[in-house]
Amino acid sequence: MSLLGLLEWLASTPGSVALRESHYVFLGVLTVHVLTLFVFAGMAAVIDLRLLGLMLSRVPASQLIPRLVPWAAGGIAVMIASGSLLFYAAPVERAASVFFRLKLVLLLSAAANVVIFHRTLFRQVANWDRDAAPPAPVRIAGGIGLAIWAAIIVAGRMIPYERYWF
Amino acid sequence: MLALFEALQYSAPLVAMRASPWLFPAIASVHLLGLAMLGGAVLVVDLRLLGLGLTDQSPAAIGRAAQPWLIGSICVMLPTGVLLFMCFATKYYYLSAFWIKVAALLVALVFTFTMRHRVIADVCEHGISQHAKVVAALSVTLWVTIALCGRLIGFP
Repeated sequence: MSLLGLLEWLASTPGSVALRESHYVFLGVLTVHVLTLFVFAGMAAVIDLRLLGLMLSRVPASQLIPRLVPWAAGGIAVMIASGSLLFYAAPVERAASVFFRLKLVLLLSAAANVVIFHRTLFRQVANWDRDAAPPAPVRIAGGIGLAIWAAIIVAGRMIPYERYWF
Repeated sequence: MLALFEALQYSAPLVAMRASPWLFPAIASVHLLGLAMLGGAVLVVDLRLLGLGLTDQSPAAIGRAAQPWLIGSICVMLPTGVLLFMCFATKYYYLSAFWIKVAALLVALVFTFTMRHRVIADVCEHGISQHAKVVAALSVTLWVTIALCGRLIGFP
């Protein structure tokens, strides 16, 4: 089955039809998705700003990161669940959207950035734990993270508007 | 009031703004980026007052570190929010969620820079008072209400 065939089948499932046609459930899921930004993107921003040495720089990174990551992780779990439902409501349209595709690529890049950071730079956190301005590689990881999360937010906001442009 | 909203919505710069198909979502995106930063700056302090998050630091120290980001995000959200409002002022006039948002925002701003500010500076590091916890819960509730109303007024 082709990807388009798979998406069309997904769109024809009763759950997708129900979600698409139930005005209030769809808007409710969308509201949860947007409001979780407050928790998820907020916590991600604080962590990345700490890596940049721009916020809470007196708090050791080895304390700040494990304390805030659970909140960010909880936030992104809600984001992914609600985002998947939004996709499920209109799979063919979403897959055709430039901004949705961009968002997926950015999400994978953000995930790669987090995984690489935790497997390399964060392993040596003892060397820069109390630096008000961490070493350049750490600051670069924080800057990349911040830029990608911001781009994901912008891309997400653009998805419903793109039909007016292209 | 409605006449004022009409004058705002049909003023020359706003007519030009609506004529552009990408300006409204672009400003809305910046408004959302401000929301994300506000979330970080507010939650890191309120969680601490509730005994969560950065519990090894004093609430006062976290409050001081978060303050510039709190003010910065409000400085991003207010002007972008006013522009978004002016785009469709007469629509919002008829939405109760809009008026709840305005009222909650005024309460939140006054509350954040008076009562909450004092509580963060004065709270005892060991054994946070019930009063401080209520202040933190109220702060989160107010901002979530504002964000929720903001989402609701955007719906068709």
